[in-house]
Amino acid sequence: MSKIKCQCGHENPFGTVLCEKCGRPLTEEAKDSSMVDMRYEGSARRSQTYKKSIIDKIWNFFSSVKIGVSIIIAVLSTSALGTILPQKFYVPVNGNDPNAYLDYYERLYGTFGKIYYHLGLYDMYNSWWFKILIGMLGTSIIIASLDRVIPLYKSLKKQRTKRHPSFMKRQRIYGEEPVVNPDESLVNAEKALKDMHYNVKTEDGAILAEKNRFGRWGPYVNHTGLIIFLLGVLMRGLPGFYVDETMWIREGETREIPGAPGYLLENVAFTVETYDKESADAVFGEALDKNGAIVSNFQSDVKLYKEKENSLPGSEDVEFIKEYPIVVNKPLKFDGYSIFQMDYKTGELSKMKFALLNKETQKSLGEFTVDLNEPAKKYDLGSGSSIQLMEYYADYDGIVDGEPVSKSPVPNNPAFIFNMITPEHPEGEKSFVAIQQTLEVEPNDYEVKFQSVESRNASGLTIRKDKTLYILLLGGIVFMIGVIQGSYWQHRRIWIQKGEGSEMMVAAHTNKNWYSLKKDIDKVKETAALPAYTDKQDKDTAADTMEGETV
Amino acid sequence: MVIVRKLYGGREVAKMDKKKKRLYIRGALLLVMAAAIVFALTSNKEKKTLAVGDHAPNFELTDMDGKKVKLSDYEGQGVFLNFWGTWCPPCKKEMPYIEKHFKEFTDKGVQVLSVNIGESEFKVDTFIEQYGLTFPVMIDKNKSVSRNSYNVVPLPTTMLIDKNGVIQQIITREMSESEIVSLMESVQPE
Repeated sequence: MSKIKCQCGHENPFGTVLCEKCGRPLTEEAKDSSMVDMRYEGSARRSQTYKKSIIDKIWNFFSSVKIGVSIIIAVLSTSALGTILPQKFYVPVNGNDPNAYLDYYERLYGTFGKIYYHLGLYDMYNSWWFKILIGMLGTSIIIASLDRVIPLYKSLKKQRTKRHPSFMKRQRIYGEEPVVNPDESLVNAEKALKDMHYNVKTEDGAILAEKNRFGRWGPYVNHTGLIIFLLGVLMRGLPGFYVDETMWIREGETREIPGAPGYLLENVAFTVETYDKESADAVFGEALDKNGAIVSNFQSDVKLYKEKENSLPGSEDVEFIKEYPIVVNKPLKFDGYSIFQMDYKTGELSKMKFALLNKETQKSLGEFTVDLNEPAKKYDLGSGSSIQLMEYYADYDGIVDGEPVSKSPVPNNPAFIFNMITPEHPEGEKSFVAIQQTLEVEPNDYEVKFQSVESRNASGLTIRKDKTLYILLLGGIVFMIGVIQGSYWQHRRIWIQKGEGSEMMVAAHTNKNWYSLKKDIDKVKETAALPAYTDKQDKDTAADTMEGETV
Repeated sequence: MVIVRKLYGGREVAKMDKKKKRLYIRGALLLVMAAAIVFALTSNKEKKTLAVGDHAPNFELTDMDGKKVKLSDYEGQGVFLNFWGTWCPPCKKEMPYIEKHFKEFTDKGVQVLSVNIGESEFKVDTFIEQYGLTFPVMIDKNKSVSRNSYNVVPLPTTMLIDKNGVIQQIITREMSESEIVSLMESVQPE
């Protein structure tokens, strides 16, 4: 790749716009314009230097800001698509049956839902193409930044104090005029600029005053923050770094905690409390009258167990860790995990109380309670009477092939076959008992009569673990530092040079806030005789002159 | 090095070195980014389901006689591992066939292990009595084996585990008598 040799003798890399040493314009375009593009100091983007191997070609692709912006637009528009319908994560479907998901989208959203499902938009943020897009965004951010920040840093670091007049002339702010005593002007200007906290360098009748170069790194610090953030998100894929699971657990049940292998949770009790008028402040009385019950607390009292070391799944060899009341926003915490109260269900049948009655006299021989989740085989009622439980159907669903069937293990519709043993019938009388239904093979003297029912609640819990949280936080902080750095510090440079005879040149550049830069020059002019300057882009001055002429 | 460079025109050699260095740095960075994307694609947060060829996770459950049963106790033998529930009609249908061939295959080195998914002892006992089952039946009380280790969803699910503890087949439907026999034969040690 050929180097570009400047008139001053300096060899610049291919792609350079302004000579690295003296600042002379090198391209025809720059030579013809009255103002040069000072972005990246007219230095060559690193990717422009070589266009040879495949690696360089890929590098060049990602170095392009156009490509970067296209990727951002693609990410934004696809992310928006994913918000049209609820994502898979929020769809209440049990198990992982694809057909159940398709049914859900079709049922609720019709043909559009079907298309949405088939396009894979229902689980878009986990799709391979979205992940690749984000990966490309990260690559683009890193490469495009590196390609610009390194040449910019180098050219700002080795910038010369004395620039060629053609460089000065092509600055946005420029002025040249003869002054009475150029040397005195330079001395005075140097002092004034130093008073304004500029870093001043002098060289052979030239001054370079510079301030807040630090602000130029803002965008790159900001991009570093983004990369840290993406890295944090990526680390969620590492085992043990990120868990977001839900579990349903009934009162009295002990279940292994999904996402937290080796830990078990027992739900001792779930309670919902409401405000009552007596205990609440008087001012809330009216609101309570109007709205009825207002919940004050959802609480799951749980016990946490851990499987003993080297014990196998299924073994009951566990140790008790702690007991804890989980309430909203006060999760159970252990080993980096937090278990939150999220949801509840009430009213699942748990116990049924029956009485054994003499049909004729309605005299009770005793009562017994069947635990629907752990029924016993025999209930002794004393004085020679007892109940044998022959069969139990938790979710009775009619009779198939002459046999009663249960359609699930959940006690939604319990049914029983009892054998009633009484002093008169030591062999027992059989009776089929379901809700609001009793069947007998032959007429019995005794009956089992339903007395009362107890129900139990279930807690819906969410299990969270996020070791990447602090990485995301760090990324966010770095991002904000970059934004602040780029917003509140403006990189200002003022060049003052002696020209031919008593001529003097002044030129200035800033990356933003030109108004304040001009104010700084004006301040220098108060103590140092400097040429008047013009701002080539100042439309206000142009407009002022126009108005001045008409008035 | 300095001498060599001088001999061959120092600047040209230095330029080549620089070019090579740049190529390596770019190549390495692109490789890292590609690796990050591949990692993002392959690291799946969804619960993993067992597949044929996986090593069967070990477990320890107590059978209806109070005996502790570990899967690892049957190393060197084939295992016919059946997950079931009393409410599931196809489970009921295949049970008599399993019972019929269980004894014969125990002698040939194939063990039947039957895991009920967290039902009450009453239900499982009555079921065993009704179908006259004699092979070991275990209740997975906490569902930690069936739901967490093995992630069983449909019932019945049957896994055939060979003498090395590797899952050879997973059947998630009702099996006919002849199927059961050929499945048991398939994991019979030589």
